[in-house]
Amino acid sequence: MLHLVTAIIKPHMLESVKDALKGVGVQGITVTEVKGFGRQGGHTETYRGAEYKIDFVPKVKIEVVVPSDEAEKVADTILQSAQTGKIGDGKIWITAVDRIVRIRTGEMGADAV
Amino acid sequence: MRQKLLLGGGVVAAILLLTAAPALAQDVDPYERFAEGSGDLAQTIVLDNIFIFIAGVLVFFMQAGFALVECGLTRAKNAANIFMKNLMDACLGVLVFAAVGWGIAYPGGDGGQFFGFAGFGIPGWDSFPDPAEVAAGGYPLGVSVDFFFQAAFAATAATIVSGAVAERTKFVGYLAYTVVITGLIYPIVVGWNWGGGWLSTLDTPFVDFAGSGLVHMVGGVAAFMGALALGPRIGKYGADGKPRAIPGHSIPLAITGVFILFIGWFGFNPGSELAADMAVPVIALLTLLAGMAGGTLAMATSWIVLKKPDVSMTGNGVLAGLVAICSGVGAMDPLGAIITGAVAGALVVLAVLFIERVVKVDDPVGASALHGVCGFWGLLATGLLATDDGLLMGGGADLFITQLIGGVAILAFVAVTAGILFFALKAAGILRVSAEDEMIGLDLTEHGAPGYGPDLLSESNPAAASTMASA
Repeated sequence: MLHLVTAIIKPHMLESVKDALKGVGVQGITVTEVKGFGRQGGHTETYRGAEYKIDFVPKVKIEVVVPSDEAEKVADTILQSAQTGKIGDGKIWITAVDRIVRIRTGEMGADAV
Repeated sequence: MRQKLLLGGGVVAAILLLTAAPALAQDVDPYERFAEGSGDLAQTIVLDNIFIFIAGVLVFFMQAGFALVECGLTRAKNAANIFMKNLMDACLGVLVFAAVGWGIAYPGGDGGQFFGFAGFGIPGWDSFPDPAEVAAGGYPLGVSVDFFFQAAFAATAATIVSGAVAERTKFVGYLAYTVVITGLIYPIVVGWNWGGGWLSTLDTPFVDFAGSGLVHMVGGVAAFMGALALGPRIGKYGADGKPRAIPGHSIPLAITGVFILFIGWFGFNPGSELAADMAVPVIALLTLLAGMAGGTLAMATSWIVLKKPDVSMTGNGVLAGLVAICSGVGAMDPLGAIITGAVAGALVVLAVLFIERVVKVDDPVGASALHGVCGFWGLLATGLLATDDGLLMGGGADLFITQLIGGVAILAFVAVTAGILFFALKAAGILRVSAEDEMIGLDLTEHGAPGYGPDLLSESNPAAASTMASA
């Protein structure tokens, strides 16, 4: 059984999260630049004296597929390495993965991770 | 806030103290021909002509600066349109100035007080100054280089408007405007002073050395009238009437443009001496100080008024100082130049905000405030701070009154003529693009392709990928 760990984090925390995940033996991650809002809401910028609101804040989404028994550890690692304690730190969620295939070899299941 | 004010005040006071010392301990009067009597006159004439040619090249380079400032302070979807406008007001503008404008701007000895016309084209383009005449005080420049230099100024006056009317003007309407300003409006105003008209024959003649009024105010007032006739860009003002930010797409482009303009100004002002004499280095110094003071005070003003040191406003401030010093750069001392530039730097920030928030005219790059308001200030600054005739320098009020009369006359004339022009274009339906075109962007709708085009040969492009696969 496999699980997908998905995390939305602050862009500047990506380096430390990547290093921490490598440190616990994660073999690969997928990173996407995303935008959105949560409780942080947006923020205000000013241009030539006029304010404007950025509703969708830039974030980074990390996706890691791991054997189910490692999912908690990976999520915990992200939690530790992405946390600043300030608003906008993001979220982590874990979902079950039905099937997985490595495209190069056709391997399936845990072998494909 | 109070601490910032005190700090700013201290810096300004220190600069004033430094420059209040006799900075110009000179044995020769820099406004006299340094080489006279000691040099070869023919060589001096050649030097004059070649120097003005190089100064003209620098002024032409300002077109690149204007294009970059305007492009950076507007959205990416209008980048090609901004550059096209700057390209064509130079190309078409210089041709029109050569055909008609030159003859109106410099009508010659028996030219008119308010309007004269020496004829079409560039008569005498192949004639050169006679050393004997120059020795007797005659004009040292050949007609060709004189035209070259003045044509660059005409292009400058024309291109100022481009930024104010950005992101919503029909290209054909802009071409029509270019023809009228370089063929008629700008040359008529130049004729009033540089061309020997009424401003130059007043009892106390008007002083506008490099064109705070004749060039920048003409462009700035026309810019305001254009933006007024067009109306604001879609979305600029909310339902409550409050201005909304439409951020420009590249501050680095805009500030690179400011630096290029600053460099170009060292052709604009020193070249306006129209000779390679020892006034040139002094004019360069005053130009430098005024620009720096303008930038510094604009930074401080935006910091106090807007709570952050606004980058593009500070860029405007540098240019404001340069615009303002054009008029008095041949008649002031370094302290006067710093004060002129500093006031302009503070003024441009306040004027931009006033025009946007109170007058509610949408000028995306602040050209009206920068060239119009600070151009006028430059004229008045000469009346206040000219070392010989300035009101604050103990020279009486005569020059100040002349400067005020000249400024008001230019303001009124350009407001009326440019107003008629832009509202006529509006009535003819060739001033503003459709709302749909404005939303899509002028690069695509007016010129057929974006300024920042797609990479048609990239691997992520399906069409290109199939081409590469079959190759």
